[in-house]
Amino acid sequence: MKPLAPISNGARVTLGVSFFVLFFAGWAVATLGGYVSATFLADPITMVKDGWELITEHGFLFDIGVTIWRVVGGFVLAALVAVPLGILMGAYKPVEAFFEPFVSFARYLPASAFIPLLILWAGIGESQKLLVIFIGSVFQIVLMVAVTVGSIRRDLVEAALALGARDRGILGRVLIPAAAPGIAEILRLVLGWAWTYVIVAELIGSSSGIGHMIIDSQALLATGQMIFGIIVIGVIGLISDFLFKAANRLLFPWSLA
Amino acid sequence: MSKLAIENVSRVFPPVRGGAPTRALEPTHLAVGDNDFVTILGPSGCGKSTLLRLVAGLDTPTTGRILLNARPVTGPGADRGMVFQSYTLFPWLTVAENIAFGLREKGVPAAKRKEVVATWLERIGLTGFASHYPKQLSGGMQQRTAIARALANDPAILLLDEPFGALDNQTRALMQELLLGIWEREAKTVLFVTHDIEEAIFLASRVVVMSARPGRIKADIPVDLPHPRHYTVKTSPEFSALKARLTEEIRVEAVLAAEGH
Ligand SMILES: Nc1ncnc2c1ncn2[C@@H]1O[C@H](COP(=O)(O)OP(=O)(O)OP(=O)(O)O)[C@@H](O)[C@H]1O
Ligand SMILES: [Mg+2]
Repeated sequence: MKPLAPISNGARVTLGVSFFVLFFAGWAVATLGGYVSATFLADPITMVKDGWELITEHGFLFDIGVTIWRVVGGFVLAALVAVPLGILMGAYKPVEAFFEPFVSFARYLPASAFIPLLILWAGIGESQKLLVIFIGSVFQIVLMVAVTVGSIRRDLVEAALALGARDRGILGRVLIPAAAPGIAEILRLVLGWAWTYVIVAELIGSSSGIGHMIIDSQALLATGQMIFGIIVIGVIGLISDFLFKAANRLLFPWSLA
Repeated sequence: MSKLAIENVSRVFPPVRGGAPTRALEPTHLAVGDNDFVTILGPSGCGKSTLLRLVAGLDTPTTGRILLNARPVTGPGADRGMVFQSYTLFPWLTVAENIAFGLREKGVPAAKRKEVVATWLERIGLTGFASHYPKQLSGGMQQRTAIARALANDPAILLLDEPFGALDNQTRALMQELLLGIWEREAKTVLFVTHDIEEAIFLASRVVVMSARPGRIKADIPVDLPHPRHYTVKTSPEFSALKARLTEEIRVEAVLAAEGH
């Protein structure tokens, strides 16, 4: 192995898959071999059986759909507010000076701690779930986008100025396109965090969703179902990550070496 | 009437963390005539880039003023094309789109843009690379594109800040010929910064030598070599004589600069 030396696609896939294989093998040995009690950790086979039962008999696909809709809904709302604001903050220092201290403060307010308050304000309906995701994502996106836009190479801006670009041209034809891949990367990252918020929101005062199912299963000590739910979240995360990366490759071919 | 007049222009940078202020450029006078090709020669750190950025309007002089076509320079604008020391093509635009950047900003219609871009692609010999991204080009190709991008705007004056500084000797020589060919045909006014003596003589109709920091102009030497210039002129006795003289001028400054640091 050499530092930073690239590897072939085949080797990358093989290595990536083999970790999953090892992981499941370790899990199977620990549970099926009787090293861990089934009360605490179901074995992979039970997990698959429980999962199948969840989907066929308990309408778990509906729960998955509800959770995805909540994450995407809250996240899109946050992005619609945060990306433009972040771009303006990055581009115009007075805007940044106005918002930055508050956003930096708000960023550390834990979204999950708002849940009881939000239930008080918005009930236990969908708007409360969306708000949790929104609060959890919006400040993070604002700050990271502002930093990305603010750190665009100064000489590119100067080159555009020397070519006769005005304020609008600088913003629309230099800062935004230059920052776009970075912004896409930020959204990918924050979407991952949004998934943790949604589950927390669903653990409390909810009647549907993956998080709700996990809490229900706890009452029944159905660790197979709980683990199945957690794995479903992981798989969805993996898929959304993959889609994001594919979209980035398509949208920003210039940023690849 | 000169095209560009630099009158009593100086630049002092404010102190960095309690140090002394940096006098990057002493009050400087320079007049550049229409269609002149002036090269500015000086040791590293003598304020060449500073002077060029002031002319480009990317920085404001501490004293004095700069006139282009008798109008004072107050900020950057499309009438002064600039090629930077670092590679500054827009990485998200193709070669063709980079060249068209200024035209689009001016609101030139697409058909006309395409025509201008095609002309410049041909002049810089990159017709086959129109839809390549900057990352897919060599350094020499990138700087050629940067020159075309600046000239496609049809500026009153072209400012170049060591555009070939990072290139190998052979490529650099080819680039010099390319630029000189464009200048001979297009009759542009050019201000070209370099620290390479041969480059300064080969391209110039006038070489301006700057002193070590704080920078000021210490010599202004006309170059009367005939046009069109061929690379073989570099071995002519006239060229050698100029080179010997400039080497002497620059050496004193380089020694001063080295002692000052
Ligand atoms: N923004 C700045 N703030 C403070 N000092 C600066 C700034 N820009 C340049 N200087 C100083 O001004 C002096 C001249 O810099 P300049 O970049 O003009 O040199 P140069 O002649 O272009 O050198 P080189 O050939 O290495 O590019 C240097 O001493 C530099 O430290
Ligand atoms: Mg310089």
